[in-house]
Amino acid sequence: MKIHIKNGRVIDPASGTDAKQDVFIGAGKIVALGAAPAGFTANRTLDAAGLVVCPGLVDLAVRLREPGFEYMATLESEMGAAVAGGVTSLACPPDTDPPLDEPGLVEMLKFRAKNLNQARVYPVGALTVGLKGEQLTEMGELTDAGCVAFSHADAPLTDTQLLLRALQYAATFDFPVWLRPQEAWLARGGVAHDGQVATRLGLPAIPVCAETAALETILLLVREIGARVHLCRLSSAQGVEMVRAAQQQGFNISCDVAIHHAHLSEMDIGYFDPNCRLTPPLRSLRDRDALRAALTDGTAAALCSDHAPVDDDAKQLPFDEAEAGATGVELLLPLALKWIEESRLPLAQGLARVTCDPARVLGIDAGRIKTGAAADLCVFDPQQYWKVGPATLRSQGKNTPFTGLEIKGKVRHTLIEGQFVYESR
Amino acid sequence: MIQLPDAERLVTALIDQMRPQVSSAAGLVGIRTGGVWIAERLHTALRCTVPPAALDVSFYRDDFDAEGLKHAVQSSHIPFEVEGRDLILVDDVLYTGRTIRAAMNELFDYGRPRSIRLAALIDRGGRELPIAAQFLGATLEVPARYSVDLEQENGRLRFALREKK
Amino acid sequence: MFLDRNPQLNKNGELHHLLSIDGLPAAILLQILDTAQSFVGVTGREIKKVPLLRGKTIFNLFFEPSTRTRTTFEIAAKRLSADVINLAVNLSSHAKGESILDTVANLAAMQADMFVVRHGSSGAPHLIARHVGPDIHVINAGDGRHAHPTQALLDMFTIRHYKQDFTNLRVAIVGDILHSRVARSQIHALATLGVPEIRVVAPRTLLPTHVETLGVHVHHDMAKGLKDVDVVMMLRLQNERMQGAFLPSPQEYFKFYGLTADKLALAQTDAIVLHPGPMNRGVEIDSDVADGRQSVILPQVTFGIAIRMAVMSILMGN
Repeated sequence: MKIHIKNGRVIDPASGTDAKQDVFIGAGKIVALGAAPAGFTANRTLDAAGLVVCPGLVDLAVRLREPGFEYMATLESEMGAAVAGGVTSLACPPDTDPPLDEPGLVEMLKFRAKNLNQARVYPVGALTVGLKGEQLTEMGELTDAGCVAFSHADAPLTDTQLLLRALQYAATFDFPVWLRPQEAWLARGGVAHDGQVATRLGLPAIPVCAETAALETILLLVREIGARVHLCRLSSAQGVEMVRAAQQQGFNISCDVAIHHAHLSEMDIGYFDPNCRLTPPLRSLRDRDALRAALTDGTAAALCSDHAPVDDDAKQLPFDEAEAGATGVELLLPLALKWIEESRLPLAQGLARVTCDPARVLGIDAGRIKTGAAADLCVFDPQQYWKVGPATLRSQGKNTPFTGLEIKGKVRHTLIEGQFVYESR
Repeated sequence: MIQLPDAERLVTALIDQMRPQVSSAAGLVGIRTGGVWIAERLHTALRCTVPPAALDVSFYRDDFDAEGLKHAVQSSHIPFEVEGRDLILVDDVLYTGRTIRAAMNELFDYGRPRSIRLAALIDRGGRELPIAAQFLGATLEVPARYSVDLEQENGRLRFALREKK
Repeated sequence: MFLDRNPQLNKNGELHHLLSIDGLPAAILLQILDTAQSFVGVTGREIKKVPLLRGKTIFNLFFEPSTRTRTTFEIAAKRLSADVINLAVNLSSHAKGESILDTVANLAAMQADMFVVRHGSSGAPHLIARHVGPDIHVINAGDGRHAHPTQALLDMFTIRHYKQDFTNLRVAIVGDILHSRVARSQIHALATLGVPEIRVVAPRTLLPTHVETLGVHVHHDMAKGLKDVDVVMMLRLQNERMQGAFLPSPQEYFKFYGLTADKLALAQTDAIVLHPGPMNRGVEIDSDVADGRQSVILPQVTFGIAIRMAVMSILMGN
């Protein structure tokens, strides 16, 4: 289908473009920007006056909950939620049931996802069998099946010798390894940041050193082995400093921040709100500010949703019993915009953290608006407010700390490979 | 315009009525707070052998569901044996009769009195229970929208009339 | 996320649930203490009942076993002429699938007027309070490490009984502050009622990292911690603390933090000693102190019934 998107404000963070420009799409690709190619007749013309046209968002952590957790959410509901959020490429963590540790499971997932014809799914494979931390997975086979990286999700990896071997093995073949820095013993039993709020509410605490001690180990191993490592979901100011220092020393190491940690802190737990039970925990205001600074200066390459739909039964429990996680893929764009606006960044600079930069971490050719690129686009109204709630969220998971909040930034159209996969009413 | 009687005169009237009919062994039980002031005056004038009791009926009221614990609750204090004694309940304003009912229920939780009589400074009518005063200062017609309260200032008792909200 | 209105107070600022001392104004704490004073008189009578809560049904919902606290609540409710039903929620049947909220919903459908809840997780009574109908009241009888408001209230009542003026006192709380819901509630109550100096005495392993933010002075040396105090509040040491590497042994704990006559002598001569019970004699407190003239541990129990009667009456009446 030939599509002409006219009068939109085209933002391509990779090239720094932020201009009113027409976009011409044909055969699933962007065929021209600005002037129509000769002989171009559009099958559909979209008037994007007042709207922003940016690359489809790239989200580094979206849990689709299949296989195994279909009572929480399904591929259909979550991929529908992703495109409603303007996300056209997503990486899903291996913490399904069973975990993504066998090629067959990965192939099935990719097959099912492809048939739904929505966002492009990039599975992250399990680093160890069953995520048990004992035996390496067949990373080669899994890569052939479609895995783009290997991670341990939130499962504890206490055997540091095994971590060393896993990194060595992955480095042999240049497979990227994604690790969430959390030292299992220091974090044991904890459910909230070791700060004022946990002290007052009597919640078992996770000290910052649970993150920094793990980071220290990972950084030292990376220095030894030279594996390609991406750090998932930083939560502390001290952690950010360590990563920034490592990057300045020339380490090839990237990290990301989840939307919740970019905006919230331990204070938001309020009267034990289980929607704020998250992994890693929400830390102090100082930590939150350091995470935002890391996004601004590029220390953190990506802002991701860390999407984790949880059913009501598992959330409406006392804080320390509630399942951790929040739904968020539909909030990635508005919360990115909120961070950008509050940090007074140019839109083109800020949106890089949800488009071309995470695409680079994933190693995929996405997150760009340029001639010849696949037409994966997000067309949104940057000024339109909408209220977060069960009625407005397409995800099966309604569990978010942002319930009831009016946020700015509404996706109107999402295109993948030149097809309209989502249009708001 | 409602003419409020002189409370001090009514106390004297009560004493005159009670003196020939109340033995010195009787227990005076003042209902907080107005009744307690009157009971103290009666106690001195009638030369009672036991000190006057003070009763807070908050826990026995029948309007808890609607009103809750309205005022700061004070303790009841009964410095004599209720069992087998002649008691005189003393209250300032007799109205619906519910306060007296609550007071009697409370007294019976302390023991079984030989008799209970009621002394009230004024009776404003409006009874909702079959209760009457044996010793009465005066009757007073008061429309329902007003409350009549006893106050004490510099040791002198007087009535006050207020419009209910 | 959103700063909810304090769930304990109704829109008139009156007490609707009692979930924690944290967040209650001094006026409400004093209202409870004053009301309890009248109930002390009742418990001294021959007929210890008043008909105040006749016809009301109170469910004791104990997810954590406790004979003593449950019994005091039961006695308090019966003295108010309420009907009491005790539910010891068996954790294994709980694990079979009925969630806390399902349990509560079923009971609410049986005309419950009030739930008294004890649970091992901090915040469980808040969760319940958020989900019950507007006419049902919730009392927190202890949740995880978070709060035990009625215990703190009876402790305050006891202190007021012996010392009268809060604004003139030095108070020391000794023991496992980290795991103690009693300590947290006590600290909030003392602070709200205007106690100028609140000390906590414990080894570092038994103190929360940011305990000073609660408004206390930290002491690791019990001799310094008890010097010249007017009130000593001892906490119970649980056996589990020897696992999890918090302490090496009860004996070593007693050596440093046990209350003996010698250590008590460092406090004011008329200092009083409180303990929420049950006591571990020889672990946190020596028998001669527990049974000595400065101990007010038994009066605490009597006052505990009056306090609970006061809390139930005030809640039901609002």
